[in-house]
Amino acid sequence: MKKNTTNVLIVGVGGQGVLLASELLSETAMSAGYDVKKSEVHGMSQRGGVVTSHVKFGPKVFSPIIPYGQTDLLISFEQAEALRAVDWLKKDGLIAVSTTRLVPPITAGGKFHYPDDPIADLRKKVKNVIAIEADKIARELGDSRLVNTLLLGVISTRLEFNNTLWEKVMRQKVKAKFVDINLKAFAKGRELAAKAAE
Amino acid sequence: MKKFLSGNEAVARGAYEAGVKLAVGYPGTPSTEILETVAEEYRSIYSQWSPNEKVAFEVGIGASLGGARALVTMKHVGLNVAADPFMTFAYTGVNGGFVVISADDPEMHSSQNEQDNRFFAKFAQIPFLEPSDSQEAKDFVLKAFEISEKFDTPVMLRMTTRVSHSKGIVEENEPVVLPEGSFKRDMQKYVMIPSNAKKRHVVVTERLDKLREYSEKTELNKEENNGSKIGIITGGIAYQYVKEVIPDADYFKIGFGFPLPIDKIRKFVDAHQINLVIEELEPYYEEILKAAGIKVEGKKYFSRLGELSPYRVSLGMKEAGIINEAYSAEIEPEQLFPRPPILCPGCPHRGAFMALKKLGVAVTGDIGCYTLAVLPPLEIMDSCICMGASIGNAIGMEKVKGHKKGVVAVIGDSTFLHSGITGLLDAVYNRSNVTVVILDNRITAMTGGQQHPSTGYTLMGEPTKSVNFIELAKALGVESVREVDPYDYKKLLEVFKEEIEREGPSVVITNRPCVLMPKRIMDKPHRVILEDCNGCSACFRIGCPAILPSKELTKRNRPKAEIDPTLCTGCSLCAQVCQPEAIVLVEEPVVR
Ligand SMILES: Cc1ncc(C[n+]2csc(CCOP(=O)(O)OP(=O)(O)O)c2C)c(N)n1
Repeated sequence: MKKNTTNVLIVGVGGQGVLLASELLSETAMSAGYDVKKSEVHGMSQRGGVVTSHVKFGPKVFSPIIPYGQTDLLISFEQAEALRAVDWLKKDGLIAVSTTRLVPPITAGGKFHYPDDPIADLRKKVKNVIAIEADKIARELGDSRLVNTLLLGVISTRLEFNNTLWEKVMRQKVKAKFVDINLKAFAKGRELAAKAAE
Repeated sequence: MKKFLSGNEAVARGAYEAGVKLAVGYPGTPSTEILETVAEEYRSIYSQWSPNEKVAFEVGIGASLGGARALVTMKHVGLNVAADPFMTFAYTGVNGGFVVISADDPEMHSSQNEQDNRFFAKFAQIPFLEPSDSQEAKDFVLKAFEISEKFDTPVMLRMTTRVSHSKGIVEENEPVVLPEGSFKRDMQKYVMIPSNAKKRHVVVTERLDKLREYSEKTELNKEENNGSKIGIITGGIAYQYVKEVIPDADYFKIGFGFPLPIDKIRKFVDAHQINLVIEELEPYYEEILKAAGIKVEGKKYFSRLGELSPYRVSLGMKEAGIINEAYSAEIEPEQLFPRPPILCPGCPHRGAFMALKKLGVAVTGDIGCYTLAVLPPLEIMDSCICMGASIGNAIGMEKVKGHKKGVVAVIGDSTFLHSGITGLLDAVYNRSNVTVVILDNRITAMTGGQQHPSTGYTLMGEPTKSVNFIELAKALGVESVREVDPYDYKKLLEVFKEEIEREGPSVVITNRPCVLMPKRIMDKPHRVILEDCNGCSACFRIGCPAILPSKELTKRNRPKAEIDPTLCTGCSLCAQVCQPEAIVLVEEPVVR
């Protein structure tokens, strides 16, 4: 067991399944014997706003919110949202990001601009970026909502919890009829992470 | 057994373990999930949504008088609505234990103000408890019921957004077994005519002395000695943030926040060289301590605006000279476009606001999803004060002829039932010329989809009567009451125009359900024929998340429109405002 607290920030847009992802990660860490806290703000999230979830685990966790600039792992289900949260990451932190591009209507007026290539911008700032075409792969697997478990699969390769633990938690927490497909997405994520590491 | 629970789920669990018989409230972020969890997981507790917090509080009082333990839940501003029974129940005291949850929202993640309800407990002279995480949330509920019965007082449990919505590990226990309680007639105690109330006020002050003694002894107020010369006095979520920043300081952690253990804190302060009070929002502890002549500092370094966080605590600590470096970014932040919340694709509220904008009237607003109409591109709401305010605001503005083109009040179904009915009665009674639009999407959408008196179901899922808005408005004396389909833009314009011009109050009810709840509505989507789109941006101006700027530009370099078929619900409002008729139905099946 690690002595330090591990800080994971999961971000996305309302409806992308940020909260399920952070729930699975937290439960897995808890099953592994860690103290865990997670924090997010509900309320306006359903209406297309930014959704942010903080997960912290370690021998003893105090604040449920990650201290600014102290994130070890940033998971983003949307390209530009990874960029929005990037300053929360430690210099040597890791980003797992979906290439999903959700351009909000507010950019139609011309006053605001959606960056042309957020992933390239991320790479300029951070050494460890794993970008996955999670949207496309999820749809190939049968459901665009699998982006979250796919990315969890990716980052699971950087965490110490074994596969059996993840699977046990998913079987408990995911609705029965979606378990298999989510496990498949998770496995696919692990596979892609291995490839990205090569 | 250990479970991973949010603060709200932990409160529900606490209620179950405390043997609560009745749980009641009105939804409001961040309190809503407490009753939802009770109704879902702990079916042995009778639970219900009331139309508003005042009624909820009174229902809770009734249960307490009947000898049962009662839990009442609401968000901070809900206690304003319930303030009347709250202040006087403090006089009568309880029979069965009574705990009211006040879930405050520092930072206003989802609220119209960030009032600090710790003052409310002090105002009513009742004790409050303040948990700092989920485990404490559960434990403190049990404690609160004990205190309530031991001291014959209602007790407030003060939650905040970060305690309510953060999750942590909670040890679950078996429920306590309580003797069956029952009503005991005691008119001098419960009937607050002045002669009785005068005697009860004496009891309240005596009770306060006993509570003060208790506060000095209880484990809810804890000292943590690490041999430091720095003493931190804190409570609630702030405790966790400070522990994150300087774990090795000495702590006086307040869990029982009124009355404060003044003697104990004085000793703690005397034993330390530097003493800081760190609390979210107002200098509540700080003022009480300073008034008692105890030398502490607090708001000098820590803002009273918004919520605290490890980062904000570290900034204050640095300023106070306790630490050398605050947390900071190792990677440059990026300036990005905002992503504000926005009315959903197909939201039935959209059409009404498009029409009101066109008519150029003043729109007094209210609270719910529809308040999002104030944001660009719709930008058509002129006031939003508190639930139910739209109608009174409209009446006043109309009486002084504040706007030439007329005044329209817009109010949601849940909000109308919460506190709009009396406003409408006022409009009739005082011969007002306002038009009231009830945006009836048949659910309390803003807070995640709760039942209310017109949805036909109770919190526990039982079918029930559903109030009919037309009949109700007519019964109040409104002569012109009309229903209109909010997906029919032309009709909306026509009906609104007629009703605004009409003498006397009128009511227009829009009658489409929420597209998300209770079930997702997805009809055939629309698409843009790019060759026909002239880039006029009329469809962008209705603020639908499914309509995006396309990469294709017009000759004058303006983006044409594009519709995301996975988001479009087929409401057709965009097609109705498209002059060149470039928006059409998609005929072939769509994979979403
Ligand atoms: C006194 C008070 N109680 C609760 C709330 C939380 N709240 C805000 S709007 C709302 C109800 C919204 O429902 P409705 O009026 O039907 O509008 P909708 O969101 O469905 O459009 C609630 C419960 C509040 N702001 N103030």
